[in-house]
Amino acid sequence: MILPPEKQPMPSDDKRWRLVATAMRRHGYKSHGLIESLHSIQETFGYVSEDALKFTAKMLRVPLSQAYGVASFYHYFNLKPLGRHSCVVCRGTACHIKGSAQILSDLEQLFAVRVGETTEDGSLSLLSAQCLGACGIAPAVVLDGVVMGRAEAESIVHRVEEVVAA
Amino acid sequence: MPTSVKVKTLRIDGRDVSAREDQTILEVARENDIWIPTLCHLDGLSPVGACRLCLVEIKGSTKLLPACVTAVEEGMEVSTQTEGLESYRRMILELLFSERNHVCSICKSNGHCEMQTLAQRLGLTHIHFPYRYPSLPVDLSHELFGMDHNRCILCTRCVRVCAEIEGAHVWDVMGRGVDARIICDLNQPWGTSETCTSCGKCVHVCPTGALFERGRSASEMDKRPEFLPYLTLMRRAGGE
Repeated sequence: MILPPEKQPMPSDDKRWRLVATAMRRHGYKSHGLIESLHSIQETFGYVSEDALKFTAKMLRVPLSQAYGVASFYHYFNLKPLGRHSCVVCRGTACHIKGSAQILSDLEQLFAVRVGETTEDGSLSLLSAQCLGACGIAPAVVLDGVVMGRAEAESIVHRVEEVVAA
Repeated sequence: MPTSVKVKTLRIDGRDVSAREDQTILEVARENDIWIPTLCHLDGLSPVGACRLCLVEIKGSTKLLPACVTAVEEGMEVSTQTEGLESYRRMILELLFSERNHVCSICKSNGHCEMQTLAQRLGLTHIHFPYRYPSLPVDLSHELFGMDHNRCILCTRCVRVCAEIEGAHVWDVMGRGVDARIICDLNQPWGTSETCTSCGKCVHVCPTGALFERGRSASEMDKRPEFLPYLTLMRRAGGE
């Protein structure tokens, strides 16, 4: 039997699922609310888990493959939990010209982590963005939600080290 | 079909043809035995204009337009075979060949492959781009079928036939750009899918050797996409 969205069981006892379900209800449990639902999951849990994708697919009646396809298309959504700190380096054209590739490779080397991944000890997630829309302050780096403009490789790496060590 | 459908007249390759206003350039061309190469298009599935092989020139437009998704217009003058178009088509095919590992001699679809046939027809002799040689997996977890990402050209025929005809939507595309992949459900092995009905439609619409029946050896995988026009016709008849 297929239950209506209101009666679907939550994936677990975690109260946070109710926040997600509320976001889905706001969009009438319609399939076009998929991206908004994923946003609310990411804001609530910090990442989009497999359980969350299954729950979303069932609630909005979208195919599992489509839910995964959408979640993986946007770099904004993380399919794995993030580390304690996150560092997003912009890879837009302006930032690239201003040396964002150097910043990325320096950080990769120092923390032994590849772009899009989290260090083994879970202290830092190194991410990239296609363009943050902040080309005027290129190269732009976002460390734990704080934008740092006109970043120089050396000072950025130093700052990240400080934050991670703290 | 409503009786009040308007008729448009246009010229394709210098020939005067008439078409219903809801037809695409590709449909009209095929009705008039004018050949336009395609890979992602398949009668009975929704058009996506993904492969760009059906690009045509239209007089008065500086853009090349994909024939499979461009509606006919009164007085249109379409060219389907110019020197420029042929070189673009060869270039598109070369890019497809260089993007993944298309090794015809050991491919199950060798001799039955739409991309190979097209390359022969367009006179492709060399690939002028460096091969990328990506390391891609082969999914043999399904008991009847296999998926070889090395041969996939992301035409999304499998995605569309599964969603639109079978109604299961097991397949979709994940990621973007060069990292894009066809995925099964939540990017899981095909054999673990709970939505797949093992109908095999995706296998038989696949233009290359990316989707195949297990137990076939090199050159043995001939595709039988004939079910699609049949199903389309029967469903239309059932709806009337």
